[in-house]
Amino acid sequence: MSPVLITFYFLAAFTLATAFLTIYSKNPIHSAIYLVLCMVSIMGHYLLLNAQFVAIVQLIVYAGAIMVLMLFTIMLMNLNKEDEVHKPRITRLGAIVVFILMSMVLITIFINSKTIMGEYDSTGEDFQSIKVLGKVLLNEYMVPFEFASILLLVAMIGTVLLTKKEKDQK
Amino acid sequence: MDSAFIIEKSVFIVAIFAVTMIMAMYSTWAERKVAAYLQDRVGPNRAGWGGLLQPLADGMKLFAKEEFFPNTPNRFLFIVGPAIAMSTALMTSAVMPWGDKLEIFGRTVILQATDIDVALLYVFGIISVGVYGIMIGGWASNNKFSLMSSVRAASQMVSYEIAMGLSIIALLMMTGTLSLKEIAAQQAGMNWNVFYQPVGFLIFLICAFAETNRTPFDLAECESELIGGYHTEYSSMKMGFYLFAEYANMFISSAILAVLYFGAYNYPGMQWMVDNVGVNAANILGIVVLFIKICFFIFFYMWIRWTIPRFRYDQLMHLGWKILIPLAIVNIMVTGICILVFK
Repeated sequence: MSPVLITFYFLAAFTLATAFLTIYSKNPIHSAIYLVLCMVSIMGHYLLLNAQFVAIVQLIVYAGAIMVLMLFTIMLMNLNKEDEVHKPRITRLGAIVVFILMSMVLITIFINSKTIMGEYDSTGEDFQSIKVLGKVLLNEYMVPFEFASILLLVAMIGTVLLTKKEKDQK
Repeated sequence: MDSAFIIEKSVFIVAIFAVTMIMAMYSTWAERKVAAYLQDRVGPNRAGWGGLLQPLADGMKLFAKEEFFPNTPNRFLFIVGPAIAMSTALMTSAVMPWGDKLEIFGRTVILQATDIDVALLYVFGIISVGVYGIMIGGWASNNKFSLMSSVRAASQMVSYEIAMGLSIIALLMMTGTLSLKEIAAQQAGMNWNVFYQPVGFLIFLICAFAETNRTPFDLAECESELIGGYHTEYSSMKMGFYLFAEYANMFISSAILAVLYFGAYNYPGMQWMVDNVGVNAANILGIVVLFIKICFFIFFYMWIRWTIPRFRYDQLMHLGWKILIPLAIVNIMVTGICILVFK
């Protein structure tokens, strides 16, 4: 086994373990910390694929920003076991249905996808460099990129609007 | 990859680690001396000449102290907190260019542990993860004051990261690269970025103060409101790690400031030195110059600490969100227009 393969198995096991622990731990803060570890291990997967930029962005955005805010909120709410809302039966039923549908989609994808058989050809271009990434993003994928940024802007304005409205009602 | 390369990098990494630790150690001494000077006192002068052995005595004291654990159900997280704070403080130095290059036994040694393409983003990633040390430690202490402090620290760091990132974007538009090595090399001569990006430098400096939790932004350890802040429950070396991490962070952020805006290891007449005196002598002088710049910024941190009182929390948020972020965006636009007009 090559070192890369060993690293991959180790990382994959770590990712799966932390993802399961996120769901199974009783304490919400422990869940959040396991999710942080899961995010960081996904960064490791990106590094294995030689995608430095995506790996670092994964670290900054998910582990650094989103999870900090999540942990922050959970700490402020100070959830205890007594506070846990009892979920009605219909929610559980809905969750099961959604899970089955989701797994059907995933299974179809796995069945239909073809494994890459051919050799990789070397194009001589360094695809992990941010220069190449930027060129591809702003030439070939210009329109989706702009749409994504507009979506983010709208979401941001929406958030500000929501907090403003609450203030007026008081 | 030959063995000489591995030896070279290992030696270099150990050297960086040692230097960071020594700098952090003597920053504690310098802090007391600067404070004493600014308040017209003598400062530490018992241990060694001018109190130079004081950091060692402090370390001995922290090691010898009792390990106290608060009544917390999260003993493991309580230990992990200072460990994260310390390791993230040390990780950033990996991409820092400490000098240009040396020629030893016919090998060209690049004075940088690793030169990755996204070095600057890596620094930001590590900084953004660093807040977990304070958050987890403060929460696991099972103490309301510690929790308040860690929540404060987290919201402060998240808010100032935005302005910091935006101030860097203007710099990146000029340099066109994320590699710290290239940014340092571009500033050869007196081509320092601070002359082209004064506003960006100011924003970055303020945000660096906030990110390292130093006065006037040390709301997280505001004694009059929160006892000792997130390290109230800590004792012995775990407490020492938190304090040490702060000084290590200060050293690293001073290094980043010097590399990004103050010409890194470049000094006027460096090319002349390379041509006439030799590569090694010129570059060793370059390392010395970089450390002089770093020491100046460390002094600057202390100077500010003993001059300006701490902000109120709403003032801090006001400064971050309503002044620095718009200013940084305007700075980006002005930089863009200038690049279009002059290049």
